[in-house]
Amino acid sequence: MNRLDNNQPRTHVIDRDFLEHRAKLIDLAAFLDRCERAEGSDDFRLRALRAAIPLLIDGQAERARRVLESFSDPTNEPIAEAPGKGASGAWEGSH
Amino acid sequence: MRYIDPHAHMVSRTTDDYEKMALAGCRALTEPAFWAGYDRCSAEGFRDYFNQLTAIEPARARTYGIHHFTWLCINPKEAEDVGFAREVMQVIPEFLPKDNVLGIGEIGLNKNSKNELRVLEEHLEIAAQHQALVLVHTPHLEDKQKGTRLIMEAVRNQPTIDPGRVLIDHVEEHTVKEVLDGGFWGGMTLYPDTKCTAKRAADILETCGTERLWMNSACDWGPSNPLSVPTAALELQARGHHPEAIDHVIFKNPMNFLRQAPAFAKRAEAIDVGHPPQ
Repeated sequence: MNRLDNNQPRTHVIDRDFLEHRAKLIDLAAFLDRCERAEGSDDFRLRALRAAIPLLIDGQAERARRVLESFSDPTNEPIAEAPGKGASGAWEGSH
Repeated sequence: MRYIDPHAHMVSRTTDDYEKMALAGCRALTEPAFWAGYDRCSAEGFRDYFNQLTAIEPARARTYGIHHFTWLCINPKEAEDVGFAREVMQVIPEFLPKDNVLGIGEIGLNKNSKNELRVLEEHLEIAAQHQALVLVHTPHLEDKQKGTRLIMEAVRNQPTIDPGRVLIDHVEEHTVKEVLDGGFWGGMTLYPDTKCTAKRAADILETCGTERLWMNSACDWGPSNPLSVPTAALELQARGHHPEAIDHVIFKNPMNFLRQAPAFAKRAEAIDVGHPPQ
């Protein structure tokens, strides 16, 4: 296989990307705070988001793949009729 | 830098975007038929759209020295009405001989419904009858993994279509390996909020290899960046990847897939050396 081998030292990756991802993490924290200040309760999307967060710190590889799968419809058969055109970002059936 | 943007919805973009893409090194782009943001009222509306894709957009692109190619279909977002989709599919063969038409696309699934699947299968029959290349849209977000699997199964059920002549687009970390393992080509669509970012695309190339993968901007009427392919190239460069390896991903890979279409093969040498369209 023709790979683009990444020989970057970890310090280079951290130097380049840390601040960007620090900001994204704080955005996520602020989003959860904002949701909890708002009236009402969690819906399936927020439950799916909460369920995905532990995957980030479970020490296992391929976190991006596993987070995407946690949001995905795991069924195999086509549905009877399209309910509309849009996607919500999380499968309602699992959360 | 030279690159090909193999999935760009230029009907949504201003002429300034053609200029920016040309300045960034875009030699050619391919434009799949897609959903306009509203459902068309008649098959004749698609005839107008196919005229735009085969006459108007090539002329706009030519002004900036970019070779323009296109793919024809009724997008899965308008495929729930099978009767209407069949009316549109009857129009497609009339346009397939045009000199910038590469094949059928972007067909696929949106919500993974039975009707969408039926229309996908009928598009695949057209592709098989005309020995046309196929460009496939995979569903968004939570529907993507299931839809990608249903699409691959539908292609496999059409034995005259070689998976090596099918590009399955919008792959992400949870679908890319199955697509490549199935012998298909995979496309990574670089969007700011959904699909794949430039950094994640670079990660996928580093972990899955560079064979049978391309990157595209999609650059449609939603949040999207027509310069996302060169932006991803800069990301690869910043990670220390060799210029030849980057050229392989952003130029040679799309060349190798697209030149399987006679309309592209005729102009492949001109694109390779940087001659503008005539």
